[in-house]
Amino acid sequence: MSGPVVLPEALRDVEAVRSIRAPARLEYRFTAGEATSRFLRGIASKRILGERCPVCGKVMLPPRGSCPTDGVPTSEQVELADRGIVTTFCVVNVKFSGSAMELPYVCASVLPDGADMGLFGLVQEIPFDQIRMGMRVEAVWVDDDELRPNLASIKWWRPTGEPDAPYESYREHV
Amino acid sequence: MTDAEILSAPLVLEYPFSRTVGPVQSAFLTGLREGLVLGVRAEDGRVLCPPVEYDPVTSGELTELVELGDAGTVTTWSWEPDPRPNQPLDHPFAWALVRMDGADTALLHAVDAGSPEAMATGMQVRVRWAGERVGAITDIACFEPVGAGPA
Amino acid sequence: MRDVAVVAFAQSHHVRREQRRNEVEMLMPVLHQVKTDAGLDQSQIDFTCSGSTDYLAGAAFSFVMTLDGVGASPPISESHVEMDGAWALYEAWVKIQSGAADTALVYSYGKASPGSLRDVLSRQLDPYYLAPLWPDSLALAAIQARACIEAGVTSVAEMAEIAARCRRSATANPFAQLQGSDDPDVLLKEPEIASPLRRHDCPPVGDGAAAMILAAGDRARELADRPAWIRGIDHRIEAHALGVRDLTSSPSTRLAGERAGVGDAPVDVAELHAPFTHQEVLLRDALGLRDGVALNPSGGPLAANPIMAAGLIRIGEAAGRIRRGEAQRAVAHATSGPCLQQNLVCVLEGSA
Repeated sequence: MSGPVVLPEALRDVEAVRSIRAPARLEYRFTAGEATSRFLRGIASKRILGERCPVCGKVMLPPRGSCPTDGVPTSEQVELADRGIVTTFCVVNVKFSGSAMELPYVCASVLPDGADMGLFGLVQEIPFDQIRMGMRVEAVWVDDDELRPNLASIKWWRPTGEPDAPYESYREHV
Repeated sequence: MTDAEILSAPLVLEYPFSRTVGPVQSAFLTGLREGLVLGVRAEDGRVLCPPVEYDPVTSGELTELVELGDAGTVTTWSWEPDPRPNQPLDHPFAWALVRMDGADTALLHAVDAGSPEAMATGMQVRVRWAGERVGAITDIACFEPVGAGPA
Repeated sequence: MRDVAVVAFAQSHHVRREQRRNEVEMLMPVLHQVKTDAGLDQSQIDFTCSGSTDYLAGAAFSFVMTLDGVGASPPISESHVEMDGAWALYEAWVKIQSGAADTALVYSYGKASPGSLRDVLSRQLDPYYLAPLWPDSLALAAIQARACIEAGVTSVAEMAEIAARCRRSATANPFAQLQGSDDPDVLLKEPEIASPLRRHDCPPVGDGAAAMILAAGDRARELADRPAWIRGIDHRIEAHALGVRDLTSSPSTRLAGERAGVGDAPVDVAELHAPFTHQEVLLRDALGLRDGVALNPSGGPLAANPIMAAGLIRIGEAAGRIRRGEAQRAVAHATSGPCLQQNLVCVLEGSA
């Protein structure tokens, strides 16, 4: 069979359907699991907890209960500082839907002292063009009565004024 | 860590997809909007409804539309006692494969039969058209038993 | 054709709701078990393939997080199928056949508890004609069941016997979610939940994971005393439009079974991925399995049906019988899609 589709008389002068709307909406209730629950409860008490891998010794952050390099469970809790190093960052100039942020703003990977993996967060209280890799920052937490078990409890990171960390000290984490 | 300390949170995943249609699907859905049911002739001569772009056996491109009526026969069915959101009806109904008169294959939809006792393989049903039609399978609101009074 | 065998298999204890653990935490012990049993670490595994579905997790690329449990450093040769793990096994088998691997790790998992499985599964349906109506998986199985009953292929009485037999067999399976059953005549007194299906005709919803190690030829003989050799494997799919298919038979299973060589010799045991009772009859008939074949001695999917893992588990259970010397020749089957739309058949044998 070939050739075009021949429409019946009744459909020849009406506008043809070109597409359908196919919205999909699904609802879930997620369990965070043990490792993430421990981490987020820590956040709710202004503590940043990582987990150490028994094989490679690295401290995972945010912890997920496993070391991605060695594929083993991680359960040893390590209390980390809420200050660290900006290992890399991005100046965001493009609005995306759902974001209320004023442009431009800076998103950074912050390596808290003692951790081997970083947390993503905003860097504020400094002009965006003065932010640099190696800059030492500290967490700015929400008010105590606003603390919740999620990362929004850390509003942003701000410079501490300490000298920048030398590249050698964080190059493995870039 | 106790069970109570394990955190959970709701997540709603919502995608506003829209999908383009091929010429056969376009004809079928336009037909539904206009209150008309179409099938398509397969390469072996069978009439498929709902119609598809390509022959399910040979993969050949199909183009010959066939006008069908708005009545058909239930070839199998089941009962939905507790309808879920987005399903065709919000009171208990039957799911059924309906072979439209003039077609050789069946279309899945709802039958507003009122009770499972009113359902039987082989029964005749007719389209109940949606009040507002847009060119979608839901332009068929559901099917109704032929000859029955209001459900 | 290279000889490929199952040399290790492990699964989780399947539960209704894995409340405490996320997917990685649930999967890791299974991965460790299977590597320990085979005596391999990740660096000795040439290819890794997993099967899962993002729709259960509600996130795109959700399977990537489970690689945290594999230990993917240095980087590994890895693939994923948005399918039951049985199809991940097929891909791994092909990889070994091609000579690009001698050993493979296959794993799969499904955590259905966070979402509404019946609604999630409706997203796999034709987006134009079916998905907008949101027919749930029970409704679709039910219309097939009625078609089978009215065609004389099975009866609600036979379906109740299958349910009772499977769940009683499951009492010997420490991993099963449901164990034990009332007599069929008691089951038949229960109300229909999706006419003509009753609760006992349907699989449990739950969370679970499974993993398997495959190896080729001499490598398999080094790793296992009694490898379970894959003598044939094939999969076929039917049309996706339900109204075009004959729901009272399973031609894709029959064809896959022929290609896999099911009928070449007597079969001792068959693990069939029949989530609904009537489907066991369809599959048994399509594969030509006679009386005397032990069907689903593990309890099958009626006892535990972790979505995306239940098919791989059938292969693992069948392989286990061979490896323990309880069977010499086994058939394992996996299915995907509504009403047995797509079917994979695997024939396993012990060493000669």
